[in-house]
Parts: sequence; C-alpha cells; structure tokens
Amino acid sequence: MSTNHTRPLLEVRDLHVSVVDNEILNGLSLSVHLGEVHAIMGPNGSGKSTFTNVLAGKPGYAVTGGSASYDGENLFALLSDERARRGIFLAFQYPVELPGIRNREFLRTAVDALREHRGEKKIAIREFNKMLEEKAQAMDFDPDLMKRNVNEGFSGGEKKRNEILQLSVLNPTLALLDETDSGLDIDALKIVAEGVNRFRGPDKAVVLVTHYQRILNYITPDYVHVLIDGRIVRSGGRDLALELEAQGYDWLRQPAEAAGA
Amino acid sequence: MTQTLTPLERYADDFRATLGQGPGWLQQIREGAFAYFQEVGFPTARHDNEPWKYTNVDPIASREFTLAPPLVAEPAVEDLASVAPWCTVWHELVFINGRYSPSLSASPATHEPRAGLGRVVVQNLSQAMESHEGVIRKHMTSLIKPDYDGFASLNTAFLSDGAYIYAPDGEEASTHIHLLFATVPGGEPIVSHPRTLIVAGRQSKLTVIESYVSLDGSAYLNNAVTEIALEDGAHVDHYRVLLDHGAYHVGTTRVEQDRDSSFRSTSFATGPALARNDFGVRLGVAGAECRLNGLYVTAGTQHIDNLLNIDHAAPHCTSRLSYKGILDEQSRAVFGGLVLVRPGADKTDAYQSDKNLVLSDGAEVDSKPALEIYADDVICGHGATAGAVAEDALFYMRSRGIDETTANELLIRGFASDILDGVIEPLREYLGKQVVQALPRFRDGD
Repeated sequence: MSTNHTRPLLEVRDLHVSVVDNEILNGLSLSVHLGEVHAIMGPNGSGKSTFTNVLAGKPGYAVTGGSASYDGENLFALLSDERARRGIFLAFQYPVELPGIRNREFLRTAVDALREHRGEKKIAIREFNKMLEEKAQAMDFDPDLMKRNVNEGFSGGEKKRNEILQLSVLNPTLALLDETDSGLDIDALKIVAEGVNRFRGPDKAVVLVTHYQRILNYITPDYVHVLIDGRIVRSGGRDLALELEAQGYDWLRQPAEAAGA
Repeated sequence: MTQTLTPLERYADDFRATLGQGPGWLQQIREGAFAYFQEVGFPTARHDNEPWKYTNVDPIASREFTLAPPLVAEPAVEDLASVAPWCTVWHELVFINGRYSPSLSASPATHEPRAGLGRVVVQNLSQAMESHEGVIRKHMTSLIKPDYDGFASLNTAFLSDGAYIYAPDGEEASTHIHLLFATVPGGEPIVSHPRTLIVAGRQSKLTVIESYVSLDGSAYLNNAVTEIALEDGAHVDHYRVLLDHGAYHVGTTRVEQDRDSSFRSTSFATGPALARNDFGVRLGVAGAECRLNGLYVTAGTQHIDNLLNIDHAAPHCTSRLSYKGILDEQSRAVFGGLVLVRPGADKTDAYQSDKNLVLSDGAEVDSKPALEIYADDVICGHGATAGAVAEDALFYMRSRGIDETTANELLIRGFASDILDGVIEPLREYLGKQVVQALPRFRDGD
C-alpha cells in the first residue's frame, strides 16, 4: 500500500470520455491523496456518475483523451475486476439485482477474490460469518438480507446499506460513492454516513459524488469540487458546498459557458 | 453378414429374435406395435410433422443400432456411482444396456426391500408381469397408445423388461427410488428401450429418480417410455435426469392424474448429443395439480428438444410449467409447450414459461409456448425469453473483484437455482455441479 503522500493515490489528468459520440467528460482533472475525502457536486447531467463509472471500469464508455493513474498504474490498462482487486470500490447509485445469487455467497466470493490477489488463503466460512455478522450489526443491517438474493426485493434504503456493508467487508483503499445519498431518508442517510466515516482514515481515500450537500452534513469533506459540463469549474473546502446549497449551480454555470464559448 | 441389413431390417431382425419372450398377452401388444412402427417409421420432416419441425432425427433413423449382447462383466458399483447421481440410502433398480441387473440393485430379488419403502413394490417388469399382471395390463400402453409415434411404438415392440413401481393405497415411501439406466457401449452402436411403469395408489406418496447415464461417450440410442398413473390424492415427485453423454435419447413420458392428485416433475438434461423429451400430463379429474420444471444445458453441437403437453380435461385443476435452458457454443434447444384446456375444464389455472440464457452467438433456441382454451373462467398465461448474461450484473460483480469467469459461473448457477432449489438432496447438489461441468468454458478455465 502506498504511503507516499507526495504522489496522489488517484491522479486524473485532462480526462475526456464519450458515450456513443457524446462527450460527457471534457477535460476533468483531479488529484486524490490518501487520507482525503473529496466531494464532487454538480447538477444533473454534469458527468458525475460517468466519472465514477469510468474509474471503476464500467463498459460502454470511451476514453478519448487524458489519463488516470491509481497508485502509479495506468488505470485504463486494467480490467474492472483488476481495479477492484487493487483496492478500488464503487458504491453504485443503482445497485444491481443478482437473481439466484445469495448475498452471503456473493460477498464471500468477492472476499476470496481479494485474498487470492494478496496471496492469502480462502477465508474460513466460520471466520467470514463472524466478520460479516459484526459488520452487519455495526450498521443495523437486517441479517435476513444476507440469505436473500443480492439486492433482489430490497428497498432502496436496503440496497444502499448493502453497498456500504460491502464497502466495510471488502475494505478497499479508494471508495467511489456514486450518489449514495439519493433516495435515502434521514435515518438511512445517517447510517450510510456513519459507515463511510468508519471507513475513512489516513490510509484510505474517498471520492463522493452527490447532487445535494445534505450528506456533507454527516460526512465532512476535505475538498469540494463543482463539476459542470464535464469539467471541474471550481474547487474549495467544505464552505463551497454550503454556498452551492444557498445559491444553486447557475452562478457557476455561466462563467463556465462563457469560458467555453 | 449383418452389414447388408438396412437399419429397419436390423430392427425387424432383432424383433423376431426376441419375440418369444414374455407372456402371451404381451406378444400381441408387441406385434401390433412393431407393425405400426414398420408402417410409419421414424418421424421425419417429410411426414410434414409439426411436433418434429425443429428436430431432425435422421442421425438416428439412418444408423444401424442393435440390441446389446449380454455383458461379459457388469460394471462395479463405484463406476456407476462416478457417472450417476448416487445416494447410499436410495433404493436402486439398475439396468445395464437395457438388462435388469439384480446384483447392482437393492431389490426384492437379492436384498430385503429397504425399510422406508413400506409396502411399495419396486421390481423389474418381467418379474412383475407374473406377480402384478392385473395392474400392469390395466395401465401398460393405456397412457401411451401403441400407435402414438414411431419411437414409442418401437419401444413397445421391444418391451420385455423395465422398471415397475407400485404404491398401494395410503402407502407413503420415505425412501427414494432410483431407476438407473446405464449404458456400457460396446463395438457396435447399441439401442436400449427402457420401459417404466409407476402406479401410485390412492393417497400414496412416492419419490422416483429416473436417470440415464453412460460409462463412456460412444454413440448409442436410448428410446425410453415411462407411464405414470396417479390415483386419487396420490403424490409423486419425479425426476428425469439425462446424463448419457454423446448419445441419442428419445424419451416419451405420459402421466395420468386422478382427483386431487399432485405430480411434480423435474427434467434435467446435459448429456445427450441429440435428445427429445416428450412429456405429457393429463389432468383427468377435478382438483389435480402438476408442476413441471426443467433445466437443459447444452454446448458443442448438442440439440435438446423438449415437447411438453398439459391436458386440462377436468375443472379446478392447476398446472405450472417452468423450463430453463443454458446454451453455449453451437448448440440448439427446442421448446414446444402446449397447454390444452378442454371444454368443461372451467376454473383451470395454468401457467407455462421457458427462459433461456444464451451464452454464445452460435447457439440458438426455438421456443414456442402455446395455449388452447375451450373453457370459461380460466386463468392461463405463458411466456418465453432468450437473452445473454446481463452486462450490468456482470459489471457489478467484477467491480467487487470477481473475475469474469467466476462471475459468469455465479450468474449461470443463479439462473438455474430456482429450478434446482426444490430438488431433493443430494440430487440438487449433484445437478448443480453438472450444470457447470456441462459447459466447456468452465472446464477449460483454471
């Protein structure tokens, strides 16, 4: 694990990404060091989800320019599962249902994949169950959901909590949270935020994508960036989020458009 | 000498050689069946036969198959257990190349019947024809008429032995019965005509596993016929497992259900090069219900054809049909399902579905579920799907560090799970492994 604080864990430079010939990211640059929590805020359609998806390796995106490196490696040379085994985790905005695959079995398979990558033996079932029980209890996760098929028939809140439970069990280095706060009531939001706060630390990094600053009342970011039309138009501290809350995005949009014109 | 015979002449030759065996009443049935077979032959496209539209049986019709000579030595129990579902507490009735094997069977001929069978009779047919002639004559060939089609009539023409299960009224067998039809291919391509008759008396309960396996992959033909009669309130849980690798398999199963009886069937096929599973259930008296599940897994150039026919002939009956297919490489599957609701079969509740997971561009499925309704106040539905592995599911799993092969394996197992979940243990676990083993993409991996 990198402890070199002079080199960013994640370094994105002038990233251009298209989906079916539409350019979604248009020169995005971002450096994330270990220990940092970055919030990326922006209006609908600004490219927030595209950014986290392309970092996680979701198919369907064409990187047309720029670069992204993770722990010194070219991210785009790695398959999505290789990225995950190196410590990148994406909490999905819309977690996917996996018919016929039980949550517990799915998580254990993922844990074993990470362990195999580190040259460790498969986890003993008893050890896994104990660990899972503790993690689930810590975030008030209904143990019955572990026996059910992954996300199948889960409520919106249960799906998001399941994402954060996976974050806790898989214990990555870089967590990408894609609008994890959307659709959550205040209690669920607090539980999810507590999960993220437990996760964050000097050897972790978080990139949190959100439309609303509400979640930032519970997860205090080190940096806030505003993403509009596929590029970061402004960066600042926690206060920038409050400013956006009060004023919306339009005051930032116009100069961006003017600059682009 | 024999090389000069045409395939049909070869069947005639073998037929004449075996005709003297068995009781007189059976001779008549057999002769009638063979005459019908000679008249119609095997079903082919030139007969303009809709049920055979997508399955060409020419590889069977044009080839010379002969009855197997007696084996010099029977296979060891361990060899059978390595190619078949096996459980030491099942009651086994074993047939090798169509011949009953007393030494491999736990049956009245050699051992005491297992305690869990109670008064349920499990015998080979030729023996049972002496002790249970009345029951057998009542049911045998009453469900499958000798003139149903060429394959069924050929089976009846060669009817000399098979499996017989009879549950007296009120008898519930807690021991599962395994009918194991194994083929040990020899030099020439051989044919077996396995025959099974299951009669479940009133309020009786049976679990029967019918499996077809081979000890190597040479070409042979299994031409099986099974008749199952459920009397009032009987409950039968029936499994049909095709693991005869590389073989041709044609199976014709007919089920007749009386009042309030309950029939559950699971058909599982991974093995044959060419298979036809012709399965028909007649819900003959009010209150009967059936659930037909199926799972077929194909690769290479395999071709598996399921023809399901549910005949709602009485009111207040329920049927549920759910088949699933997993197709890879250049393989092909055919699903034909017909739910027929006859006049007067009011309050029928029927649903059928066929869902396919198509793993390769070269694989193809022809799925045709159909409903014919001539009654009022019925609830009927059907559906068929064919699609690839969901990309978003695959990405979700890979984003957790699971490699593509493992993710696909989990998704495929997941797809099959609702068919396998209701299966008795240890058969469920065994079949789950067969699903993955049937697909070369997983054999070649790690």
